[in-house]
Amino acid sequence: MTAPLLEVRGLAKRFGGFVALEGIDLDVTSGERLGLIGPNGSGKSTLVNCVCGTLHNEAGTVRFAGQDLNGLPAHRRTHLGLARSFQLPRPFTSLSVADNLRVPLLYTVRRRSLLISSPAELDERCLDLLRQVGLDGKARRRPSDLTQVEMRKLELARAMAAEPKLLIADEAMAGLSHSEIEDIIALLMRLSAQGITIIMIEHIMRAVMRFSQRLAVLVSGRKVADGRPKDVVNNPDVVRAYLGQ
Amino acid sequence: MRPWKFSLLMLAAGAGVFALALAIRSDYLFFAGYVVLQFIVLATAWNILGGYCGYVNFGTAAFFAIGTYTTVALHKIGTNSGRYLSGTLGELLQPLFPLSVLTLVILSGAVAGVIGLGMGYLTLRLRGVFFAIATLAMAVVLQTLVINWDFVGGSRGAYIIRDESLPVVGFKLGYVQYLFAIMLLLAAVAISVARLIEGSRLGYGFATIRDDEMAAEAAGVPTLRLKLIATTISGALMGMAGAPYPYYIGYVEPAGTFGLQYAVNSIAMPMIGGTTSWAGPLIGAVLLGSMQQIATVTISSAVNLLLVGVLLVVFVVIAPNGIMGLVLDWQHARRKP
Amino acid sequence: MDLLINAIVAGLLIGGFYAAVTAGISISFGMLDIVNIAHPGFIILGSYIVYIINATTGADPVAAAIVMLPVFYLLGMGIYLVYYAAFERRGQEALRGLAFFFGLLFITEVGLILVFGVDYRYVEARYIGPTWRIGFVDLPLRMLVPCVVSLLMVLGLQLFLMKSFIGRAIQAVAQDQLALQLLAADPTRIKRMAFGISMATAALAGAFLIIIQPVEPSVGREYIGRAFAICVLGGMGSLPGAVIAAMLLGVVESFTATFYGPSWAPAVSFGFLLATLAVRPAGILGR
Repeated sequence: MTAPLLEVRGLAKRFGGFVALEGIDLDVTSGERLGLIGPNGSGKSTLVNCVCGTLHNEAGTVRFAGQDLNGLPAHRRTHLGLARSFQLPRPFTSLSVADNLRVPLLYTVRRRSLLISSPAELDERCLDLLRQVGLDGKARRRPSDLTQVEMRKLELARAMAAEPKLLIADEAMAGLSHSEIEDIIALLMRLSAQGITIIMIEHIMRAVMRFSQRLAVLVSGRKVADGRPKDVVNNPDVVRAYLGQ
Repeated sequence: MRPWKFSLLMLAAGAGVFALALAIRSDYLFFAGYVVLQFIVLATAWNILGGYCGYVNFGTAAFFAIGTYTTVALHKIGTNSGRYLSGTLGELLQPLFPLSVLTLVILSGAVAGVIGLGMGYLTLRLRGVFFAIATLAMAVVLQTLVINWDFVGGSRGAYIIRDESLPVVGFKLGYVQYLFAIMLLLAAVAISVARLIEGSRLGYGFATIRDDEMAAEAAGVPTLRLKLIATTISGALMGMAGAPYPYYIGYVEPAGTFGLQYAVNSIAMPMIGGTTSWAGPLIGAVLLGSMQQIATVTISSAVNLLLVGVLLVVFVVIAPNGIMGLVLDWQHARRKP
Repeated sequence: MDLLINAIVAGLLIGGFYAAVTAGISISFGMLDIVNIAHPGFIILGSYIVYIINATTGADPVAAAIVMLPVFYLLGMGIYLVYYAAFERRGQEALRGLAFFFGLLFITEVGLILVFGVDYRYVEARYIGPTWRIGFVDLPLRMLVPCVVSLLMVLGLQLFLMKSFIGRAIQAVAQDQLALQLLAADPTRIKRMAFGISMATAALAGAFLIIIQPVEPSVGREYIGRAFAICVLGGMGSLPGAVIAAMLLGVVESFTATFYGPSWAPAVSFGFLLATLAVRPAGILGR
């Protein structure tokens, strides 16, 4: 049995007196499609931040591709193959939409090359990524010209640009229309078919149910369920957690 | 335009300015021009860390002073080489002294760069705000150190006597003209460095740090390393600008060297000119620098500084992208149907 | 031994004053996250205004400052309005906000130089000359009085923040703006008042300063490092923390001055700042 791609053990995070995460154990096998759900404030984004290095966890370990990530800065984790989109989009506002994608290309994918690969090649790669999320028409624009929905797509594209082994999509579909949701699910499915491991954090249940092979549920900083989607949604603790809110 | 072509263009422009100035034969022009050129270097240097990365440095005077006092210290050693350079190592070094101004510039740049790196290492892991405050505090500390260091004159100051003229390429060049030429070269170097950064991967990295550091890290940008690079380059250039200063002014003392005019000008010039490209600090330095040279002579130097402060506040509030921003907005407005 | 005790006492006395200087920063930076590096400049402005009032009318410096409180409060509100309209609303606080306040700091300093010149100014009051003596311990009144009144001011502020509605609203705004909006209070109005209060403390701190030592325009710059170091070490928005940190800094500075010479004092606060930021960014009584 191969080791999981991502291995989280006993992760804990506090903000002053507030316990955001406690005793989180989570395994993600390579190529898997994991859904992560939970009520607002249950710690989903905090978990992502700790795994990706944006926040420091007080206790617990995170191993990725067999390597202990403890103390590693966020950019090094991205270089190892861990990419994420932000729940609230954080585009690079002074760069064009296309150049937003150029950054992960330059600093993650092509970081070892001393000379920058031909600008044309990079441009083409950026455009291709934009096409996949349906933003190719806005390549030359500034992020400030985009709608909220378009900015979410840009977030996702930027994570994809880093050519990750594990992609964490944090509420990438919030506010999207029915057909747009279908597009994103299809896109993520395509990425999954290419072998990319995907963690989807969402509130849109039908998307999560269709997409995930496995579902994990966080409530008040603790994992209360972890298993097949059908089993998890029928779990009484989960039902109580959602209805009880 | 490719970076090396740009540099050549800058050098050619500089040579042209120099030739023109020589033709006009006004010593005052060289004295005043030197100050403006110095500000071009300082503003461009500041902008590499401040405008491109978004990290404000209030301690320009400190880095400038590092350059100035490196020169003073080495000059003192040079003029008394018998006393200070003894022993086998000393005797090996003796013939090198007195060091030429160009050598001093490079050495000052190295010292300032190293100090910038060290300071950055201590403070750049934290929010930009704390870095800015730390630079302010550092300026005060450095001033304290210098005041207590008698070798460079302490609070009493030091006199630097310079030669009258220098034989250069056959004909005699007045010393002020020589310093002016060096500062011109430095300005060309500074602008070329800025331009080089802008077009490179480094430039993108700096922009992401300015826009959103957290997202930059997530995208794989090694933010700390880039910030350290920016601080080192910026500090080194500022130190280089300070190196010829003792020869220019003849008398160096802490109060003047650490004066506020460096901090406020190196911030005001890029912010008024425009922080997103190499052209902004150049515009700001030329405009504000010239204005101040005129104002100092006609009104008073304190009023002139006050004017700079007011302009800074006004521009920061009303036109955050500076003059270049206003020009771009105007062009944009004209193009739209 | 005498020297040591006196150094400690002197440090505590100046520490009390430092707490008053930092109180304004604790509010504007610690609670409102506004990097008002111009605060020491306004303290100096307060010193000069107190000087004028004292020189022309002979009024007590602290009384003069109290009279000026409303003016400084309004000034603070005005500055916040500009800051808010120009930066906070647009979300461009970092670089431009700093440049803005630096500009203000600069303008106040140079403005004062233009009006008053670079000579030192001082005030006259009954308690500036004498020194109390308890055993071998010297208690110069010109240090003791400002120290005591500073601590009273900080105590008053703390009580205000804990007991009054506006005070609690300010603490709320510091922690969670959204929650405040849900309580139907206007965060901008609260912040404006808080900033006004922060500026008002500058008037009093200015009076204390000029009682303790003669003042000239560039003195403000020494206090920037100190005030922010104390604010961070004290745990950002915590006033009690600031008092403790201020006393600590005062004592360490006093030691350094007594045993190594006064010209090294500025290095102490810088060292403090660096040490704090490196070791414990959350400060002593951190959030």
